[in-house]
Amino acid sequence: MIVELGHFALILALLVAVVQVVVPAFGAHVRDERMMRVAEPAAISQLLLIAIAFFALMHAYVTSDFSVLNVAENSHSTKPLIYKMAGVWGNHEGSMLLWVLILALFGAAVALFGNNLPPTLKARVLSVQASIAVAFLLFSLLTSNPFVRLDPAPPDGNGLNPILQDPALAFHPPFLYTGYVGFSIAFSFAIAALIEGRIDAAWARWVRPWTLAAWMFLTIGISMGSWWAYYELGWGGWWFWDPVENASFMPWLAGTALLHSALVMEKREALKIWTVLLAILTFSLSLMGTFIVRSGVLTSVHSFAVDPARGVFILAILVFFTGGGLALFALRAKDIQPGGLFQPISREGSLVLNNLLLVTAAATVLVGTLYPMALEGLTGEKISVGPPFFNMTFGPLMIPLLIALPFGPLLAWKRGDLLGAMQRLAFAFLAALVTVVTVYAVEHRGPWLAPFGIALGVYVMAGAIIEWANRVKLGSAGRDEIVRRATNLPRSAYGTLFAHFGVGMLMVGIVATSAYREEHILAMKPGDRVMVDGYQVTFTKVERGRGPNYTEDIADFNVKRDGETVATLQPAKRLYDAPPQPTTEAGIHAAWRGDLYVVIGDAQPGGGYAVRAYFNPLVRFIWLGALFMFFGGGISLSDRRLRVGAPARTRAAMPVPAE
Amino acid sequence: MRRLLAALALAFWALVGVAPALAVQPGEMLADPALEKRARTISAELRCLVCQNQSIDDSDAPLAGDLRRLVRERLKAHDTDQQVLDYIVARYGEFVLLKPRFEVSTLLLWLTPVLVLLAGLGLIVRAAKPAGPSASEPLTDREKAELNEILAAKDR
Repeated sequence: MIVELGHFALILALLVAVVQVVVPAFGAHVRDERMMRVAEPAAISQLLLIAIAFFALMHAYVTSDFSVLNVAENSHSTKPLIYKMAGVWGNHEGSMLLWVLILALFGAAVALFGNNLPPTLKARVLSVQASIAVAFLLFSLLTSNPFVRLDPAPPDGNGLNPILQDPALAFHPPFLYTGYVGFSIAFSFAIAALIEGRIDAAWARWVRPWTLAAWMFLTIGISMGSWWAYYELGWGGWWFWDPVENASFMPWLAGTALLHSALVMEKREALKIWTVLLAILTFSLSLMGTFIVRSGVLTSVHSFAVDPARGVFILAILVFFTGGGLALFALRAKDIQPGGLFQPISREGSLVLNNLLLVTAAATVLVGTLYPMALEGLTGEKISVGPPFFNMTFGPLMIPLLIALPFGPLLAWKRGDLLGAMQRLAFAFLAALVTVVTVYAVEHRGPWLAPFGIALGVYVMAGAIIEWANRVKLGSAGRDEIVRRATNLPRSAYGTLFAHFGVGMLMVGIVATSAYREEHILAMKPGDRVMVDGYQVTFTKVERGRGPNYTEDIADFNVKRDGETVATLQPAKRLYDAPPQPTTEAGIHAAWRGDLYVVIGDAQPGGGYAVRAYFNPLVRFIWLGALFMFFGGGISLSDRRLRVGAPARTRAAMPVPAE
Repeated sequence: MRRLLAALALAFWALVGVAPALAVQPGEMLADPALEKRARTISAELRCLVCQNQSIDDSDAPLAGDLRRLVRERLKAHDTDQQVLDYIVARYGEFVLLKPRFEVSTLLLWLTPVLVLLAGLGLIVRAAKPAGPSASEPLTDREKAELNEILAAKDR
């Protein structure tokens, strides 16, 4: 009964969405206020209806109702409760339901909190947002209905892929989806503005918080996925350039560019045309990501669905929204008045460079991901595009980006002083130099470029601090003045500080762990020991254990440093009951300087077990850096100037202190 | 052959799903550390044919193990790195390379970053040009008159 209610609610949501597309848009066209106002209750009831559908499915999962095909295929009665709940989006149909839920959530949020939007713009934004919902609700109902019944119901379900039964993985899809579905708002705003024919700084001010929120969630979602891969897949890798990872990484790159160009538009009314185009492209990449993951065109580590009918449907959605968006852009872009002028060396100029490099990087990832498929489709030739390709093409694009990064905030709007910025960055250059020398002195292994990579990260971190120090006049003003300035500094400045600092940390972590990782692969018997970067690791025993829905071989490793036991690691090899699949659980001892990472493998012919022991230096900087970026986004989002819409325009008009 | 491989891949996929990898086994490794290091570097560039997007260095599929042993055998037979790669490609096709070769069919793939970067630069230069001269163009007589009026009004 509850399942049928859910199904019914989903159909009703589709009807409501159709009304939400048509009525407000027509109302905005004929300037009829009552019709425009339909958008708000429609958006909210659409959310409620989809939520009913979503929780109806979750109810079926939690109660293990195997008369529902989707539950029978993807769940199991012995599965722990949190994985039953997470099981809802651990499959194609359920994850599409989550997709539309988040889409509706953003729409309803605009309806509820967008009070300061001009009524016609608000009506049009909600109308465009609902048109995306119509497309995906149709997709769900026609090709991916999660509420199909099964008769007779099987006694038990097939179970969830055990490798997915992990907290970080189970809960990263909601974050990821909030991220890339969230960019739909930027898209809706762009389309609405093109229809209105009016785009100004206020528009950027309305779009930016939504984009920032989506970007934050995408950042944390991607890093959760990476963190999961690191400890679960058992070889300490954290990024694989897998098509499914790329699917969320492309919108992240474009979204990062969008955040920065919207900034230029908000402050200087420049780059208007470009920002609108970027908003369309960013969400198009989100749709492309959905296509890659959900159509099954690329079977990859994470892929669940293989069904061509679905692929064609999503492709049609992709073509309609991207093509339609771009066509509208082509028609209307010439009406947009170009905004403020600036010199190449200026804050605006630096942000243009940021956009150029980020968009090129996104294009590189896009082409690399789709190329094998396109080539095979056109010529039948099969090639692979894997990590070595991406490292070789993506990496070099990040170097100029990171070199330029600290300059941006130090340059003034309109016309900047490059030499002055360099002088201010003297300390950052010095920090980089010291880093190169230190790393060369300490580490004799690794590629000769690696110390420079680490130094680049340190330079970005130092640059972020210098920018802040400059704004509070650290070193030149008195203590009271510094404190006063530090407290009066807008929160967005702190957001920049944290986010840019995080980028630097990320860089340090990536280079350090890639270049200086220590690896030991060996067969070990109980009693054997191995030295890993100053740790004495002793294999003590292996025992058989039993978890809620798996059996496991747990090994015991005693870890000593300078003669003292610092940790006992218990890597394990699990065999799940349903479906019967093996997984590895790494034993990790984390410290500031890096992770000691031990995995146990199969019993060896000559006796003992295959053991892999790694030392991954500074690897946590990768996720810590991502956390800083997330946190920076949050601080910036809490800035009063972003929350308060229209009144803030007068504040923006106030002269910004020259930097 | 390709059909067969694809079918094998699918069957393998259905059987094991996503299996965690322990990859290189202790018994496979070469005694000479320099040679073993080369083997690892080469392995990272070769695709595990029955897996999705995993190098043979990362995969614990039996076929990946076979390829790892093959790479090491060739190295022991004094092949250069390039010869080893050529040998594997001759047997398994270009598909095995995770970094495709620079050829006519992969031209667009390799040139994408450069082309996008150049196109972007071109657009920026074009967008900047008309703004340049118009910004510094002298005011017309009418504009001057208007400006004087405004300034005069302000002084009052």
